Amino acid sequence: MNPTALIAEDEPLLAQALKAELAAAWPELQVVATTGDGRSAVREALRLLPQVLFFDIRMPGLDGLGAAAELADSWPADEAPMPQLVFVTAYDEYAARAFETQAIDYVLKPVQPERLRKTVLRLQQALTAQQPSKPAQAAADETLERTLAQWRQVLAAASGGAQTSAAAPLRMVAASDAGGSTVRMVPIDEVLYFEAADKYIRVLTAQHEYLIRTPLKQLLTQLDPEVFWQVHRAVVVRSSTIEAVHRDEAGKLHLDLRGRSEKIPVSRLYAHLFRAM
Amino acid sequence: MSVEALPRFRAENVRGMLRHGLITIVFCCFIAAALAITQHGSWGAQMVYSLSIGLISWLFIDVGRLLISGHQEILWPSGPWGYLLIAGGVTVGFLAGNAIGDAWTNQPLLDFRSFTQRKLATTIIITLTATVCMCFFFYSLGRTRHMRRQIELAQRNATEARLKLLETQLEPHMLFNTLANLRALIATDPPRAIAMLDRLNNYLRMTLSGSRALAHPLSAEFERLADYLELMSVRMGDRLRYTLELPEDLRDMPVPPLLLQPLVENSIRHGLEPKVEGGRVSVRARQDAGRLVIEVSDTGIGLDADRPAAEGSGFGLAQVRERLATVYGDQGQMSLAAEPAGGTRTIISFPLPRRA
Repeated sequence: MNPTALIAEDEPLLAQALKAELAAAWPELQVVATTGDGRSAVREALRLLPQVLFFDIRMPGLDGLGAAAELADSWPADEAPMPQLVFVTAYDEYAARAFETQAIDYVLKPVQPERLRKTVLRLQQALTAQQPSKPAQAAADETLERTLAQWRQVLAAASGGAQTSAAAPLRMVAASDAGGSTVRMVPIDEVLYFEAADKYIRVLTAQHEYLIRTPLKQLLTQLDPEVFWQVHRAVVVRSSTIEAVHRDEAGKLHLDLRGRSEKIPVSRLYAHLFRAM
Repeated sequence: MSVEALPRFRAENVRGMLRHGLITIVFCCFIAAALAITQHGSWGAQMVYSLSIGLISWLFIDVGRLLISGHQEILWPSGPWGYLLIAGGVTVGFLAGNAIGDAWTNQPLLDFRSFTQRKLATTIIITLTATVCMCFFFYSLGRTRHMRRQIELAQRNATEARLKLLETQLEPHMLFNTLANLRALIATDPPRAIAMLDRLNNYLRMTLSGSRALAHPLSAEFERLADYLELMSVRMGDRLRYTLELPEDLRDMPVPPLLLQPLVENSIRHGLEPKVEGGRVSVRARQDAGRLVIEVSDTGIGLDADRPAAEGSGFGLAQVRERLATVYGDQGQMSLAAEPAGGTRTIISFPLPRRA
């Protein structure tokens, strides 16, 4: 069976060019879909389960990094192995920094044939390495875990998370209350978790809920990574309030917190935090 | 400026003080020498008097000025405080310095009271004149240094602003993506690649030199907008549609070059690029009651959606506002509003200039 790929690139000419270069460098590769934004990339990838993803970083709607994070979470790992991910970028300082780790391959636009051939070679090796391990569930799990670790590393570096906590940690959160007319100073020690919702971040204490407008990405750089754990694309939890971790029938993890009754979802990218010791 | 930013006795100030002290010592030696020669006094005694008076005055005034004005840029107290400080320095220096001198020469401690009128007057006049001269000298020195620093700062700021402007206009992401598109077109559609290259050429030439010319006709401004929009529409495909409307009789109106560019760039970068289905940018010029009104509107994601991501848009708008103010004073106006159907509308207007 021919290997399959999906291209997510918002500039039509560049998508076409990448397709043409790929056809030359890897004739057997079958591009099953080309999408122009992150959201449809996720949708199509989940529908077609391709083996390789070429993601542009800057895309309208959901960007390439966001799309990768979403896929990591909802990819049906028991149906198909995690896809190989290649980022395609024209010039993104933050991404370039992330890619220095070399955990995930990337190609720069304009895509040059020699460079692309190297990527193709690496992808082919990775795909063949995947084949024999298929029957053994344990080996497949290991591959999944390794892939997730790579993605996590790149996404964290690219979003300026964990590593850049050099700035003074936040002590008080200036948040508006539900009415929006008053700004409350909420001590960080009272916050149990943060949850990104649309344009806002909900700040939850044992009794109350407040809203802030700082993007989660930026907030993360101001939080002590030992104290607050990101457990989901949209959720950061105070680690000391986590009481229990449950696994449902579908294999998804949920957290119970002391002091809050709702269940907090854990995405697959961060499930490694809760593996029994 | 905050208190933390300028601590009184930071190393730089203390160094300045010690430098003043050294100059004071040299100066005092000259006075002592002059007095020793003219008044045939003992060289050693004159030295002690002169140095005691001089150094005490210096210490009093220099420490005093830092205490009073430690947080200002020029380290000299304003208004009457400056004169009071000198008077205080002279008095304290004179009294204490004389006392030390008297002790050294073994004369009665309060002997200066019984000095002859002439001698007393001479000493006071010398102390006063020397102190005022020294203070004025140090003050001018400090002021010159301060002015020089201000000029350097202004120059650096101007350079920085220019760099930042260039950086926003020649944003690497835009440039590299355009080049990537160009590369794709060369293989598939050479005539279109040539057209795109010409547009890019115009755009770069204007961006790199445009900020230097004072004015160009409105038609030229619209052509540059067309270059930029055409480049962007090659990249964005059918996600970008645009209209440029320029009435015939306004074509020759002089306008500051690239005045509209940041507005159109904002519309695309922060309005249409983040929107999945894209949209339309319209630029319209018209006359209204003796004013030239230019309207840039888009059907993008609008003003209130996730502004923190819209980094740089603030700089673009501030820059347009600043240029309007520089050229037209309070006659230049700019307003920014959300479109009811989503998107943003920016309107700038200024008095119709006389034809160039």
